[in-house]
Amino acid sequence: MDKTQYLVKQEPFYQAQGKEVALYEAAYAAKLPVMVKGPTGCGKSRFVEYMAWKLQRPLITVACNEDMTASDLVGRYLLEANGTRWLDGPLTTAARIGAICYLDEIVEARQDTTVVIHPLTDHRRVLPLDKKGELVEAHPDFQLVISYNPGYQSLMKDLKQSTKQRFTAFDFDYPAPELETLILTKETGLAEGTAAKLVKIGQVGRNLKGHGLDEGISTRLLVYAATLIKRGVDAQDACRMALVRPITDDADIRATLDHAIDTTFV
Amino acid sequence: MTTGIRTVADARQRAFEHPQVQDYWKAVDCGFAQVADVFEECIYDALTSLHKDEMAAYVEAARLLGKLGRGAEPMLVFLQEWPSVAQSVGPGALEPVVLFIKAMQKSPNGKAITPFLQTLAAVARRLQSAEQIENYLDVARELMVRTTGSIHGHHSTFPSPGLPHLFEQAPFLLNLLPLGGLKNWVDYGIRNYSHHPERQEEYFGLKLADSKAVMQRERRGTLFADVERQLDLYLRALWQDGDQLVPYSTAFDELRKPIPYFDSRGLRVPDVFEDAGQIGGIDRYRAVLAHMVGHRKWSTPQIADNWSPFQRMAVEFFEDCRIETLLCRAYPGLRRIFLALHPKPVEEACDPATTSCLRHRLAMLSRAFLDAAHGYRDAELNLVVARFHALLQDGPSNTAEMASLALAYVAKTRRQSDQLAKVHFDDTVIDYRDDNRHLWQFIEDSDDEDFFDDPDKKLAKESEIVGLPPRHYPEWDHHTKTYRPDWTSVYEALHPSGNPADIDKLLEKHAALAKQLKRLLDLLKPQDKVRIRYQEEGSELDLDVALRALVDFKGGATPDPRINMSHRTDGRNIAVMLLVDQSESLHQKVGAGETAQSILELSQEAVSLLAWAIDRLGDPLAIAGFHSNTRHEVRYQHIKGFSERWDDTVKARVAAMDAGYSTRMGAALRHAGHYLGARKADKRILLVLTDGEPADIDVTDPEHLRADTKKAVEELDTKGITTFCLSLDPKADEYVREIFGNRFRVLDRIERLPEQLPMLYLSLTK
Repeated sequence: MDKTQYLVKQEPFYQAQGKEVALYEAAYAAKLPVMVKGPTGCGKSRFVEYMAWKLQRPLITVACNEDMTASDLVGRYLLEANGTRWLDGPLTTAARIGAICYLDEIVEARQDTTVVIHPLTDHRRVLPLDKKGELVEAHPDFQLVISYNPGYQSLMKDLKQSTKQRFTAFDFDYPAPELETLILTKETGLAEGTAAKLVKIGQVGRNLKGHGLDEGISTRLLVYAATLIKRGVDAQDACRMALVRPITDDADIRATLDHAIDTTFV
Repeated sequence: MTTGIRTVADARQRAFEHPQVQDYWKAVDCGFAQVADVFEECIYDALTSLHKDEMAAYVEAARLLGKLGRGAEPMLVFLQEWPSVAQSVGPGALEPVVLFIKAMQKSPNGKAITPFLQTLAAVARRLQSAEQIENYLDVARELMVRTTGSIHGHHSTFPSPGLPHLFEQAPFLLNLLPLGGLKNWVDYGIRNYSHHPERQEEYFGLKLADSKAVMQRERRGTLFADVERQLDLYLRALWQDGDQLVPYSTAFDELRKPIPYFDSRGLRVPDVFEDAGQIGGIDRYRAVLAHMVGHRKWSTPQIADNWSPFQRMAVEFFEDCRIETLLCRAYPGLRRIFLALHPKPVEEACDPATTSCLRHRLAMLSRAFLDAAHGYRDAELNLVVARFHALLQDGPSNTAEMASLALAYVAKTRRQSDQLAKVHFDDTVIDYRDDNRHLWQFIEDSDDEDFFDDPDKKLAKESEIVGLPPRHYPEWDHHTKTYRPDWTSVYEALHPSGNPADIDKLLEKHAALAKQLKRLLDLLKPQDKVRIRYQEEGSELDLDVALRALVDFKGGATPDPRINMSHRTDGRNIAVMLLVDQSESLHQKVGAGETAQSILELSQEAVSLLAWAIDRLGDPLAIAGFHSNTRHEVRYQHIKGFSERWDDTVKARVAAMDAGYSTRMGAALRHAGHYLGARKADKRILLVLTDGEPADIDVTDPEHLRADTKKAVEELDTKGITTFCLSLDPKADEYVREIFGNRFRVLDRIERLPEQLPMLYLSLTK
C-alpha cells in the first residue's frame, strides 16, 4: 500500500478564522474524531486538506451519497474468475495505514451506513469486518473527520444523536468581510478594492437567505468570480455569471442582486 | 326691427372694427349675443395659430355648431377652445372632430357635445397628435354606440348615460393612463354596466370602487403591486431592513402631491412611478427606499423649537445630502440614479429682486454637494461645498454638524427678499426625498392651533368584530381575458352546530356499507411500498441486475454485487379538502314516497361516510360548505379543519348543514385553494361536491361563471392542487367537462351518493 499517494503535496492556502488550527492539532494529538459544520462553500474541505498537509498525514476523502452502502466504506469481496478477493474500502484503508479519513457531507449517506463508523470513533478504535471475519485495529495515527451542512436540515436528513455525540466539532461560517477580502486577494491575486466589492455583493446575497434563497452566496463562488475578473472578464459580467445565475432562478431575486452589482461596480 | 321675443337681428348686425373680423362674423351667420361679445377676441386668438384656409374651416365648423339648435354654448366653447387644440395637435384633427359631433347630434347624445368640447383642449394637450385624437374619438364613439339605449329594438331613444361623464373625466384619466389603458377602462365599464344606467354614470364618473380599481390596473409606469416583492428583497438584501412597505395613492390628490415618508408603521411609498428619462420606475422606488433607509441609519432627530421654517428647510437639505453621500459611499452606482433624478437648477434662473430665492439656492447647493461637476461659480456656495466634504471626509459626520453648517450658511446668505411671498419653485423639488418628519422634535406643543380636547385622549371607537373580515378574490372575465380585480367578497365563518347523534344514526344506517369500506381501506393501507433497488443485501433478488452482473462475471469483468432489492413503506402524503355546495337546490327531493330524501340529507350522509373513511386512513381532511348571495356575499363555512379529528364537534356541524342561495363556485374554489395550497403534502386534492352549474343572481350570462370556475380550476392546477368534481346534476355533461377537464364524475342515481363519494376518493388515491 502506497501511503504517499494520499499525502497532500502542496500547501493549500487556508486563512484561519479563529483558533481552529491549534484546536484541531490538539484534537489530532488525542486522536479525537472531528466534525466540521457549516454552509456550503465556506472552506470546510479546504480546512481539512490544510490540516492534513500541516500534520503531514495521508488524507482519504469519501464523498457520501445516498446510494452508498456500508461495504462502499468498509470493503467487499470481489468475484474473480477463480474465486473471490477481498478489497478494502476507503475507511478500512485509512484505519490500516493511519490516515485521516474525511467523510464529506455525511448526512447524504443512509443512516445504516453511518453506524459502521461507530466502533472506530469511541475508545475501542477498531473496525470489525464481519464478512471477512477480521477485526482491524486502527493505526495510532488514524483519525476520522466528517463534515456536514446543517443548512439542509430537512427533517429527513440529520445525524443521529448517537453519531453526533462521538465527535468534537467546529462550527464554520462565511468569514467576516475583511477576512473574506483577504482570502480573495490571496487566493486569486485580485486587487483589494475589487475584492472588497465582491465580498459586499456576497453579503447582499447572504441577507436573502431564508427569503427566497436556501443558501447565501458562498466564499467559493466569490473566488470563482474573482478568478474570472482576474482573467480579464468584466466585473459585472463575472458577478452575474459566478454569483447570481448559479444560485437562483427567481426573477425578483435576480433583479435585486443585479441591481446590487450595478451599483457596486461603476 | 324687433321680433318681440328676442333680438336676433341685433347680434347678426353687430359691427366689428376690423373688416376681416366682420367678414368672419358674416360667415358664421350667428344670432347669439353671447357669441358676438367674445367673437373678436376668439378670432384674434385663432389667427395666431391658424392659416387662412384653416380659418375658413374653423369659422365654418363654428357656424355648424351654431345651427345645431342647442343654444350658444357648443359654439361658444368651440370658438374659445379650438385654437389651443389646433396648437397641440395641428388643424388636421378638425374634420374627425366635426364628424364625431355630427354623429352625436344625430343620435340621442346631443347633450354630450358641450362636455366633449369643454375638455377637448385638455385632452389634446395630453395626446399631442391628430392620430391620437382620432383614437380618442374612436373610444368615445364605441361607448356611445354600445350604451345608447332603445326601447323597441332598432331605434335608439335613450342617450348614453356614461358618455358625458367620460368627457368630464377624460383629462384626468389621460393624465394617468395611456390611450390603450383608457380603452380598456371604457370597455370594462361598457361590459359590466351597460344595463344599469345609474351604475354606468357612477362608473364613468369615477365614483365606483370598481372603476378606480380598474383604472389603477391600467396606469402607466411601474405599479407598486407589481414590484412589491422585488422592493422587499432590495431592502433586505442591500440594507438589511425588513420593514413594511405601505403604498399611498397618487391618483386622487391633485393639489398636494403626497411625499414619501416613514413612521413606526412602515415605509410609505407612492403606488406607481412613471419612468423619469433614463431612470425606470423600479430604480425610482429604489432611490426612495435607499434615501429613507439612510435616514433611519444615520439621522438623529433635532430639537427644532427655536428654528424658523427656513432654517429647518436648510437643515433638511444639508442632512439629505449627507445621507445621500453616505449611501453613494456604500453603493457608488446609486450616484448615477440620484443625479439623474435630482433637478439641475440654472444658476441665474431666480431673480432675488422680485422672488424668494432660498429654495433655489438650497437646491443648487444640494446639486453641488452630490455632483462634483456642478459648474456653479458662486463663491459662497463653493466654500460651503468644500466644508461639507471636509466634514464627511473621515466618517459619517452627524445630523448636528450638518445643522450648524446649514444655519451658518443660511445666516450668511440671507436676503431680505427671502421673505417674499413669491417663491421660486422651478427645479427645486427633489421627488425621491421623503418629507423628513422624523428629523424634528418639538418640546412644546405647536401654538398654531388650540386643542381643547387632546386628540390622543379621545377614545378610539371600538369596532365590533363579526366573523372574519372578508377576503377579496378576482373574477375572470372571459370576454376580455382579464381579471376583474377584487370582485368577490368571501366571508368565512364557523358552521353552526347541531346534534352529533344524528350523524351517528346516519352512519349506523349505512353499517353494511361501512363494513365494505373498511375492507377496502385495509387493502389500501399496506400498498404504500417503495422498492429500493441496487442493494447488496435485500429481501428479493433483482433479476435484471443479477443477470447483468452474471454477464459481467462471465465476461471476466468485475460484477456489481448489488443485485438485491428491498422495500420500504412510504407513508401516504395526501391532503384533501372537500368543498360542499350548499345552494338552495339541495332541498330537492330524490325518490318517491316513504324513502324520498332531499339531496341535502344524502350529502350529509356522504360527507359523514367520507370523513369517517378518511379519518381511518389518516389523511388530513378539511370540509367546508359554500353558497353565495351576489358577488358581495360569498359565504364559506368551515366544517372541519385539517387537524381536527372526526369527533362530535365536527359531526355536530355536519348535522346542522343547511341549504340556501346560489353557487358562485370560482370564489369558493379560490378560497379553499388558499388553505389547501398552504399544506405541505405530495398530493393535494380538492373534491367539489355540487348539484348544478355555477350560477348567481347578479350574473345574467351563464357562460361567465363557468369560465371563471374553469379559470379558478386552472389556477389551482398551477399551484399543484388537483381538483375533482362530483356532480349530482344529470345534465352536467354539457358543462362539467368544460370546467373540470377530465376530472369529474356525474352521478346519475343520486341515491347512491353516500356510497359513491368514499369509493370515489379511494379510487382516486389508490
